[in-house]
Amino acid sequence: MTSRHERFTGWQRLLHWVMAACILAMLFIGVGMVSTVKPLYLTLVSIHKPLGIAILVLAVVRLALRLRYGAPSLPADLPEPMKLAAEGSHYALYALMIGMPLIGWGMLSAAAYPVVLFRGWHLPAILRQSDSLHTLLWDAHFYLAFVFFALILLHVAAALFHALVRRDGVFETMASVFTGGEVAPAE
Amino acid sequence: MLAWLCRMRQHYLALNNLLLNNILKTLRCLIVGLEVCMAASHKPPLGSLALIAIVIGLGAAIFAYTAGWFSPQRLTPDRLVAAFAPPTGVALGHRRNHAKGICFTGVFEANGAGSELSQARVFARGQYPVVGRFNLGTADADAPDATVRVRGLGIQISTPDGQQWRSAMINAPVFAVSTPQAFYELLRASHSKDPDAMKAFAAAHPEFAKFGDWAKNGPWTGSYAEERYNSLNSFVFVDGSGAKHAVRWSLLPVAQLVAVSADELAKRGPDFLEQEITQRVASEPQRWTMVVTVANPGDPTADPTVAWPADRRSIEIGALTAQQVQAERDGPCRDINFDPTVLPSGMRTSDDPFPAARSSVYAKSYDLRTAEAKDYPRSVTGAKP
Repeated sequence: MTSRHERFTGWQRLLHWVMAACILAMLFIGVGMVSTVKPLYLTLVSIHKPLGIAILVLAVVRLALRLRYGAPSLPADLPEPMKLAAEGSHYALYALMIGMPLIGWGMLSAAAYPVVLFRGWHLPAILRQSDSLHTLLWDAHFYLAFVFFALILLHVAAALFHALVRRDGVFETMASVFTGGEVAPAE
Repeated sequence: MLAWLCRMRQHYLALNNLLLNNILKTLRCLIVGLEVCMAASHKPPLGSLALIAIVIGLGAAIFAYTAGWFSPQRLTPDRLVAAFAPPTGVALGHRRNHAKGICFTGVFEANGAGSELSQARVFARGQYPVVGRFNLGTADADAPDATVRVRGLGIQISTPDGQQWRSAMINAPVFAVSTPQAFYELLRASHSKDPDAMKAFAAAHPEFAKFGDWAKNGPWTGSYAEERYNSLNSFVFVDGSGAKHAVRWSLLPVAQLVAVSADELAKRGPDFLEQEITQRVASEPQRWTMVVTVANPGDPTADPTVAWPADRRSIEIGALTAQQVQAERDGPCRDINFDPTVLPSGMRTSDDPFPAARSSVYAKSYDLRTAEAKDYPRSVTGAKP
């Protein structure tokens, strides 16, 4: 532990870890549901839709918090390409957190499926019915899911790289959800 | 109380730090171990990098497993859809099964009797708009009408609360097989080059005999309007008190059934059913009575090859009227997926495994055909997509 950094605020950390669980669940549910014809399919679909909307809402809140409170600065000695990668991937992750649910919602709308969140609770269509729009959005939803997962793997790899290899305190800016105080020195 | 809460928070924070430190320590122990193993104790920290690679690789592998990439035997919607493909090739832009069809619009008039079984709005007395589709159970969009045994009806009923009830029914009195897996095997057998494949399938699936008997000996008719259409799958209705009722439903034609031999039908034009229903509805709206059959406790609800005994309670809940017929190419049913799991609140799927399988496969078929719209072009420029 060589350098001290300010950390993300408590709400930001809480949202980060809650959303991490939600988004990972979402991606696994997504690839799982489209690869089975078992009754589990319906269960997974019925989780996928409300969870996606929940992620959309949380992502908007999180973006607002990020704009309000910002993020701890990266270590000064971090090489420039890594800084660029960090910033670029964070933009991409925000875009996907907000974009994927909207694309899914639009895709269902363009196919004239009712967007059911819970029994009897449904969202309005946000697009007119259109086979070409449906195809475009379906392709986007499908391929971006893999991009999303790849980005998350990269994000995890980078986080572990900071925690284990560089030991530069970046991991600790987001780690530990509830502690308000300092993280005790590890060694 | 406040003091207690503060104390609990202290404990919690201590625990949290302990956990975090231990996790980090454990990770570092692991890394040290790896470093020793790899005899690379100095920079670059190969152990840490190896650990990261393992975490990422494992994550990717579990993801791929979930997606079915390591499971060539898993029955996926893609495989089931592919199994429908006829030897002549898929009908691009069309449904992968029940590919030939014609749209209609009309109304469902509920008499209110269904409210006893389900709180769904669609059972409250009233009239609700319907988009429907008469169709043939074939993957060939150009099949001559007389060559297809199974005739179907898809409906979408919309209620003012924004909910929908979609159902796709067929004229067979029972379904051909008990499970989606068996259905997949049936498709494989029916497309097999092995002349004994179907015999072998029938021998392995005795439940197929009832459907086979209907296909062979059941009456043929000259009109979509004279057919009875059955849900075959069971569903669960939930009434106002929360009580559940296992049900199946059927549309019974008001038109008189006139049996016509298959040989006689073969002499008619390739699209005689579509022409007949178009003219018939134009001259007079066609009606069906909707009847819901309620299972007794213990009746098989998971197996659509088994009809429930004839004495089971049946309730007439309303009537469907087809008022206008439109060609599918530009018609309102074209881009609707008659997914039988699109149900209003007050209706649910049962332990019957088919609606889930149908939903997953219909969605795949829908994704494919909407992407192929250029292969089934609309005839009217500016037609509502």
